[in-house]
Parts: sequence; C-alpha cells; structure tokens
Amino acid sequence: MTFPGTCDDADARLAVSKVAEPVALWHRDSDLRGVDGVVVPGGFSYGDYLRAGSIARFSPVMESVIAFAHAGGPVLGICNGFQILCEAGLLPGALLPNKDLRFVCRQVDLEVQTTSTPFTSTCEVGQTLSIPAKHQTGCFFGDVPDAQVVLRYAAGHNFNGSQDDIAGVVNEQGNVMGLMPHPEHAVDVLTGGSADGLKLFEGMARVAVA
Amino acid sequence: MRARVLIRPKAGILDPQGVAVERALPALGFAGVANVHVGRLVELDVEDEAQLDDMCRRLLANPLIEDYEIQAVGS
Repeated sequence: MTFPGTCDDADARLAVSKVAEPVALWHRDSDLRGVDGVVVPGGFSYGDYLRAGSIARFSPVMESVIAFAHAGGPVLGICNGFQILCEAGLLPGALLPNKDLRFVCRQVDLEVQTTSTPFTSTCEVGQTLSIPAKHQTGCFFGDVPDAQVVLRYAAGHNFNGSQDDIAGVVNEQGNVMGLMPHPEHAVDVLTGGSADGLKLFEGMARVAVA
Repeated sequence: MRARVLIRPKAGILDPQGVAVERALPALGFAGVANVHVGRLVELDVEDEAQLDDMCRRLLANPLIEDYEIQAVGS
C-alpha cells in the first residue's frame, strides 16, 4: 500500500513477492482488489504533518483496510504503517518521539514472545530476529496485555525508550500486527544483514492461503 | 470564529522535547526552570465552533497521549 510520502512500499512488495503475489494498492483505492493480506509499509505518509500516521488514517483505502481487519484478514503495519494502524484504532497504543529525540538507524535484535499469531507462527518463542530499525518516532506507549506483545527488543536494543521493551504488538484477535523495525528490509542476507524478516511474511502468507 | 487549539503531552507521558528544553535553559544561565512541556499550536477559522471538539478528538490530537485546549482568538 502506498500513501503520499510512503518510501518502503517497493521493499514491502519485494518481501511479499518471496511468499505470495504482490498487488500494489494506492491510498485512494476504493477497495483492496481482492488481496488476501495487507501490508501497510513505512515512510512519512502525508509528511507526518500534525502527527505520524494521523492523516493517512483517513485515506479512502483505510475504510477497506479497517473492514478487512474486522473480518479477520491479516494486516501487517511496519514503522509508519504501525503508527497508522494505531491511529486507526486497529492496534492499541501510540508512538512517541524516541527518548533521545534522534532519528536512529541500526540493526536490532528482537525476541519473539509468542508464536500464537499468524505472523510469528514460523518462529519459536525466545528466538531472536535480527532486522533493521530506522525511525524518530518509535517509542511505544500504551495499555497492552502481555498476550498481545509479539516482539520485544533484546537487552540493550531498546534505543527508542519503548515501554516494557515492546517492539511489536497484535490486536486482540491476533490478525493485525504492527512493529517499528523493518522486516521488509531483512529478506536477503546480501542487503538486510539477515533474512529473519522474511519469517513474518511467511507466517502471514500461511494464514492468507489457509 | 478564529480558534486556537493548544495540544500538550499528557502528564506522565514521556516528553523528550520538554526534557531537552528543560536541560538547555540552565546551560544558558536561566535558573529555576521546571516542568517544561513542548506541545503544538493549531490555529484555524471555523464556521461551526461546535465541531471543534470533534475535530480535536478525531484528528488534531491523539487523546491517548495528548490533552487539548480550545481558545477563541480575538473578537
């Protein structure tokens, strides 16, 4: 899915292409073109003016995404996509500026907390995923039950100050996930430092096909 | 009417911008500064001021992390 300002849509399509057939969606689309899953990629939708994700949340296509999510369809929001899904009320919590106010770009280790979500169904509890993170507004804050915390930053990797080291959460039903780090940039060891990010897309594709 | 909406981080919410400013002021020699919060100001002309609160809750502020205050500007 692409909004004005999105910059990670091409990498998201590349990641999806490794597990399924990608379909490009535009923010003004009136429907989801029959897709089996939705990825809301990172970037700076509408320039992040006002607040990250606040304006994108009202894009025409988001009506369809909200209906799709409520019907149980898998939706993955990455970075700005995570912020958009929080603003849309599909995920709990909100993202605040990083504790040191800096834009940070680095490889982070994430620990898988649960495998009972579609996205982490190909992982093991306690497994470490190494994927890149790059953001300035990624400090998670919110009232979220432990069962909905999917990924935590490993010790020493919570650079943004997120509450309880939370890096990724799901909704109550478990079909909508958001995370600040970028799994779509870690689908090939040549450029991503690891291919660990692919696991989330594999898990998502597995339920989309079922 | 011309309205002014002040948006602030809620009390207790991490406010790194406020903290940065609070630390910078003493460095310039301004003593006795505390509880600095950095927020946002939105000014707008609205025909129906009854809609302002709804605007704030749905778009201008995120009620989960921010408080807002609506003021009339001038007359």
